[in-house]
Amino acid sequence: MTRSSDVYGEFYQRDRSVHPPAYAPDYKTSVLRSPSNSLISLQNSLSEITGPVFRQDELGPLDNDLILNYAKDGLPIGERIVVHGFVRDENGRPVKNALVEVWQANAGGRYRHKKDQYIAPIDPNFGGCGRVLTDDNGYYFFRTIKPGPYPWRNRVNDWRPAHIHYSISGNGFAQRLITQMYFEGDPLIATCPIVKSINNEEAVRGLIAPLDRNAAIQLDSLAYRFDIVLRGSRATLFENHLQGGK
Amino acid sequence: MVNQFNYLKETASQTAGPYVHIGLAPHQAGFDIFENNFGNVLVGPGTKGERIRIEGRVIDGSGTPLRDVLLEIWQANAAGRYNHPADKQDKPLDDDFRGWGRACSNFETGVYSFETVKPGAVMGRNGRLMAPHVNLWIVARGINIGLNTRIYFSDEVDANAKDPVLNLIEWEVRRKTLIAQREERGGEVVYRFDVHIQGDNETVFFDI
Ligand SMILES: [Fe+3]
Repeated sequence: MTRSSDVYGEFYQRDRSVHPPAYAPDYKTSVLRSPSNSLISLQNSLSEITGPVFRQDELGPLDNDLILNYAKDGLPIGERIVVHGFVRDENGRPVKNALVEVWQANAGGRYRHKKDQYIAPIDPNFGGCGRVLTDDNGYYFFRTIKPGPYPWRNRVNDWRPAHIHYSISGNGFAQRLITQMYFEGDPLIATCPIVKSINNEEAVRGLIAPLDRNAAIQLDSLAYRFDIVLRGSRATLFENHLQGGK
Repeated sequence: MVNQFNYLKETASQTAGPYVHIGLAPHQAGFDIFENNFGNVLVGPGTKGERIRIEGRVIDGSGTPLRDVLLEIWQANAAGRYNHPADKQDKPLDDDFRGWGRACSNFETGVYSFETVKPGAVMGRNGRLMAPHVNLWIVARGINIGLNTRIYFSDEVDANAKDPVLNLIEWEVRRKTLIAQREERGGEVVYRFDVHIQGDNETVFFDI
């Protein structure tokens, strides 16, 4: 039995039908920030199948605890939640040692960011970011405050559903992915131009984390489950082919 | 009815949004939270190879630089080997070089930069050597799925001419969008690499 982290080969061709197109005019900023030419398709070389390797000692002990990692003189305001899940590849194998980085608004929908001007207040005890490495089963978890929805300049009355931004770095640079997690039951999901940039209902469903009652911490925190799939690679090595028939 | 494979589907991409810095570069967002931050300096005191800076801007379809963009690079060391277990080329690893960096464009000027070393050549597919290059990944508000491209070097004329990836680009005029221009500034080697997301001189992006 092989694990994905031990087997390296070319990645499966990316199925772009599960992703938003670069040009999605209802999300207005994409109009001038989308290439007009076709992407040039590359067969993977070492440049694509390799990628940065991260170590546990690069992260701090509170990096995956957004409730405590910026607490100054109290706890952040809002609903306490745990978010957890598995990072797997398209073959269903765990991606171990994947770097999962998250960032989000506070309970009022305000980001701790120089450029965020929204009227909702900054929470003095909430930074809004965290990171974690997956374990040998591809499992990760972090604890945070449920983010609030917020308005944004697209059309004049567009609102983002509550969401957590995710950045995932797997085994190979070609697996690099940024996405957003939404919360089950949020009525704003259906009208969000960023969500709707994805023209694939099943792919959208994959971004909506269900409430996971069994993972709740009794008398403390609710839990949401968010599983992530990165690109899979061929289980057989084509080392000679990739590296030149030595 | 044929049995279905049970492959999973890749999770859908979403834009990094305007506040990507909070999670990936909190200092740029304006606060200090992690003890260890990932940044744009790839070299340590012991890193082998020619020290270079890669610097440029990412420009949108109107000619305006993106001031909220985040870039990551991944490259081989000066000997031409990636610091990753899948790279089994018979070349030395460099303990003081991971080969990965992350940079944000400046909020006013839109300029990004990396401090690194010039990579060596890496063996490509079918025994064809690839010219020295750096792999680049770009995300920002308005970019729905990260853009992948490569940075090649203007002083590698012969290697570039034989590079299997550059040669895959049918339009010779577009190949030059992947060549960073070498300059020397006060004893420092700087490679200038502007990315044009759209419009005249649109950079070649890859589906890798
Ligand atoms: Fe957001």
